[in-house]
Amino acid sequence: MATKILTEHINVPGIETFDVYRKQGGYTAVEKALKTMTPEAIVEEVKKAGVRGRGGAGFPMGMKWSFLAKPEGVPRYLVCNADESEPGTFKDHYLMKNLPHLLIEGMIVSSFALGANKSFIYVRGELMYVIRILEKAIAEAKAKGFLGKNILGTGYDLELVVQPGGGAYICGEETALLESLEGKRGNPRNKPPFPAVKGLYQCPTVVNNVESIATASWIVNNGGDAYAAIGIGRSTGTKLISASGHINKPGVYEIELGVPVEDFIYADEWCGGIRPGHKFKALVAGGSSVPILPANLALTLANGDKRLMTYESLSDGGFATGTMLGSGGFIVFDETSCIVRNTWNFSRFYHHESCGQCSPCREGTGWMEKVLHRIEYGHGHQQDIDLLVDVAKKIEGNTICPLGDAAAWPVASAIRHFRDEFQWHIDNPSEATQPGAVYRGDMALV
Amino acid sequence: MSTTVENKPVVFTPERLTKAQEIIANYPDGRQKSALLPLLHLLQEQEGWTSPEGMDYVARLLSIQPIEVYEVATFYTMYHIDPVGKHVIEYCRTGPCCLMGGEEVYAHLKQRLGIDTGQTTVDGQFTLKEVECLAACGMGPVFQIREKYYMNLTNERVDEIIDELSK
Repeated sequence: MATKILTEHINVPGIETFDVYRKQGGYTAVEKALKTMTPEAIVEEVKKAGVRGRGGAGFPMGMKWSFLAKPEGVPRYLVCNADESEPGTFKDHYLMKNLPHLLIEGMIVSSFALGANKSFIYVRGELMYVIRILEKAIAEAKAKGFLGKNILGTGYDLELVVQPGGGAYICGEETALLESLEGKRGNPRNKPPFPAVKGLYQCPTVVNNVESIATASWIVNNGGDAYAAIGIGRSTGTKLISASGHINKPGVYEIELGVPVEDFIYADEWCGGIRPGHKFKALVAGGSSVPILPANLALTLANGDKRLMTYESLSDGGFATGTMLGSGGFIVFDETSCIVRNTWNFSRFYHHESCGQCSPCREGTGWMEKVLHRIEYGHGHQQDIDLLVDVAKKIEGNTICPLGDAAAWPVASAIRHFRDEFQWHIDNPSEATQPGAVYRGDMALV
Repeated sequence: MSTTVENKPVVFTPERLTKAQEIIANYPDGRQKSALLPLLHLLQEQEGWTSPEGMDYVARLLSIQPIEVYEVATFYTMYHIDPVGKHVIEYCRTGPCCLMGGEEVYAHLKQRLGIDTGQTTVDGQFTLKEVECLAACGMGPVFQIREKYYMNLTNERVDEIIDELSK
């Protein structure tokens, strides 16, 4: 039985209420942290745990915490990034909806560790029903003395505010999120200064993903070493994976990092295999922004070993033969999927969601979308594939925030691994534009 | 911004005004602009859309310039800056939903309502909008009406939902 540190009690009836959550051992981390630990000791345990940011970037959480500036007389803030909008990713939605108190407990412990007395949970506005669930849970925790003034008589004060977004993927980027939280358009800020020095209201701020913050309670209760013992190498602990696409059992699964990709797709415990009568064609392992891989590369490394669900194994070989764990948005494609159409779809997403601040992203994402559209709809030019590669290269690394990279990688990787399919569309426009038409050439299926 | 509807002054109901003041109190002194997005949601909940008069009213509540409200309302996709029908259907058009037949179901929905993306039915009952990823990818195709998610959509399910809401 695999270790579950976040979702162990998710199926207990009433777990979204304070009382049931408490009966399952909830809020013991708050008692332990506030009554027996110093903030520095908590940061130390999180560092030892080696937990990496679960929003997608994978930056070590303890290190991020230790960068927080601590000037005298200036408030510090913890902001939870719950603006989950990456196509393929729906684990934070699942976690907050089912286990609101798990996030709140993590927020209390983390805020105490960081010396924050006011913390925000910025939730994408589309999830208004989840916002209501969180607000109700916060009111319960407050009524029981776990939030507000003088928590459990320890002298520590914390206010927790749930902030709705307005519908903009870019607000998942931490500095855009802070702009949005200040009531502005979600335009990312130049870094430096980093939020740890000048974040919300120009005060030192830590921005962490929902899943990252939710692990804090377990780490406080069990210690950083126990967390680090789960997983493999620098990919410690567990990870929530949102699985979608052509599999038998889409859903959110908590895995110990290190499970082979093949097992995750085919084992009954997880995705339960490709849907009946179909074969595995391609994989997006970490949300729409990460490079797509054909089936054979998704399952095995260059040396023939099985590819594992870890930060390192998924990126093995760089983008030539690897991808990224990202947010854990696991999208499986079978042989009925048209890579050109999907790439155009993702490209449309990034064009729509570009904030428009940097020219390469504002212009480039639209350019890529248009070129992909004309290829998909049978009007492609012979030089279009090279043009796409060129435009993607000119966006990548040339923008304030990583949205430019996120827009470029799906296009560049789709062409790298499925160039024949793009060429087929250009060479056979009348065939390619038939409903449901998919290139069936030397497709590597598994 | 449309001015085709009658311009009427907007004020929050007493309950919403209390709620608005509670929201504003969440932020440090001088940072009341942080309340802008929540207040626009409150405005839209009351008026059905973020009308120009409503946005001016929110600007006054927050002691900021109206342009600061307009530029925010137009940046985010959730604020309807034109009048909408009674039910706004926000249909996910992104990759994972499309893999599960999202495009076919959307074509059916458009046909059923007799309108295209961005339009409102003649009876004012339904407005159809396309949105990007709703974070329910494993349960696609999916659309949202107000605070409710409708998942694992099929043509039949879409018909049932429209029938139910049309009553």
